[in-house]
Amino acid sequence: MLEPADWTAIWLTLRLATITTLILLLLGTPVAWWLARTRSRWKGPLVALVALPIVLPPTVLGFYLLLFMGPEGPLGQLTRFLGLGLLPFTFWGLVVASSFYSLPFVVQPIQNAFEAIGERPLEAAATLRASPLDTFFSVVVPLARPGYLTATVMGFAHTIGEFGVVLMIGGNIPGQTRVVSVQIFDHVESMAYPQAHGLAASMVVFAFLVLLVLYTLNPTGRRP
Amino acid sequence: MTPPTQTIHLRSQLAHPGFALDIDLDIPGRGVTALFGPSGSGKTTVLRIVAGLERSSSGFLCVNGTVWQDAARGFFLPTHRRPIGYVFQESSLFVHLDVYHNLAYGMQRVPQAKRHVSLEDAIALLGIEHLLTRKPATLSGGERQRVAIARALAVSPTILLLDEPLASLDLTRKQEILPYLERLHRELAIPILYVSHDPDEVARLADHLVVLQKGRVLANGPLHETLARIDLPIPLGEETGVVLNAVVGIHDAAWHLFRADFAGGSLWVREHDLPLRQTIRVRILARDVSLALEQPHHTSILNQFPGQVMAIAQDAHPGLALVRVQVGDSPIVARVTQRSAAALGLTPGQSVWVQVKSVALME
Repeated sequence: MLEPADWTAIWLTLRLATITTLILLLLGTPVAWWLARTRSRWKGPLVALVALPIVLPPTVLGFYLLLFMGPEGPLGQLTRFLGLGLLPFTFWGLVVASSFYSLPFVVQPIQNAFEAIGERPLEAAATLRASPLDTFFSVVVPLARPGYLTATVMGFAHTIGEFGVVLMIGGNIPGQTRVVSVQIFDHVESMAYPQAHGLAASMVVFAFLVLLVLYTLNPTGRRP
Repeated sequence: MTPPTQTIHLRSQLAHPGFALDIDLDIPGRGVTALFGPSGSGKTTVLRIVAGLERSSSGFLCVNGTVWQDAARGFFLPTHRRPIGYVFQESSLFVHLDVYHNLAYGMQRVPQAKRHVSLEDAIALLGIEHLLTRKPATLSGGERQRVAIARALAVSPTILLLDEPLASLDLTRKQEILPYLERLHRELAIPILYVSHDPDEVARLADHLVVLQKGRVLANGPLHETLARIDLPIPLGEETGVVLNAVVGIHDAAWHLFRADFAGGSLWVREHDLPLRQTIRVRILARDVSLALEQPHHTSILNQFPGQVMAIAQDAHPGLALVRVQVGDSPIVARVTQRSAAALGLTPGQSVWVQVKSVALME
């Protein structure tokens, strides 16, 4: 039922979502830690900034990211200076854009998990000879496990579903930037409804399975 | 013999909104020292400073010869480098680890050469062998606190810091843990700092007493002396009284009594299964002590001693007075009405007879 072009789009989408999620888990952890622990007056503005992609229309975000990564933008000038060329209309351009787009969906669950842990386990670990870094990996991360699980699933699923930002940054290059959502859009535009159905139904099943796994592994508030 | 380095010296100033701490304290580097005071007196803060969990801007802390903080030199030993064991008010066990791995968490982080307490000893001392595979969420409050104490012991601390370990427990659970704490007191060679607002716990466990109020030290001295100070404005109410160290003298099986000999006299106490010569601790509450000018005869009260009035102070209630009487080498505090004090014409230096109606055996 699925065409080779559909499989290319699926493979591309999974690669994009995986890489984006890994990057966000790495970058999001220190951001979430800082936001969870700081008493700085910059906390409010930074929380708002991180949450911005939730409320912004994807086209607006995509537009500014396009400028940011374009030949006149700061990131564009940097990538050119480094000999990497320009990011728009490339796979890695999509990775950068997705990382901004999905940032709140990764940072917020981790930050909430960190905040829920509170001060006491950290102090207890310190009195048991654990250095702050040791404490982070032996106490904080295990206790924040539900938050990490939610962050991973939400970051991954949200990246898979993006459409507007992809169109603004990546366009529609097969094997490069044509992700599943764009492929479905193409099918619909060319009135190929059966093909659109095939992909769209796969997405529905995928989303359902992801949520099922999440709620099975992470029964919130029901501990033995 | 106590080497001169066996002291804990703490000087600290700290200001939080609505609370200021200003103390300069020398306490013995052995035995149990109780930090006692009403809530908001700063006793937990003092403990947190010793642990390095609270960092005072100015201060100096030296524990048994090792400097842990010297703000003047900008030196501060972080908590995880201090050889402490700490028990929080609520147990603070790691909920993602079972009991065994909670116990092992700290011990694994102590270098082999510095491990003096084996995990088995810590487990046996607190009687938690049967809990090792359980998760903290499945334990009772008392069990959790015992695990927390064992976990603190397993790091082979050179000082044990206990922050009201019984405060979150009901009376039954308290009774369950107290014997283990008394055992620590007997069997451990390391100093214990014990924060409490419960005079009964203090009377049972402490050797040395520091009284704090509003971030300042009101009194600091051996337990039996400090409890006998009637000049302190600590409102202990019904709990006012002294603690005496005594040894089991003889048993009087016929009347189910035994004799407790203390420095200055002997008391008849209701019988317990105690071996002769065992050291015990008895508590005499001020409300159970009455005074007479002559030796009372034909009285039901067994315990009578001649003594000398040392001081008289106003008690919390305007109709009551506290009288400190020296019996041999031991001070005893009596609570009498102001009217009786006036009727007997009590003055410092006067000879009186002390009658003790009731004695509580502490351990």
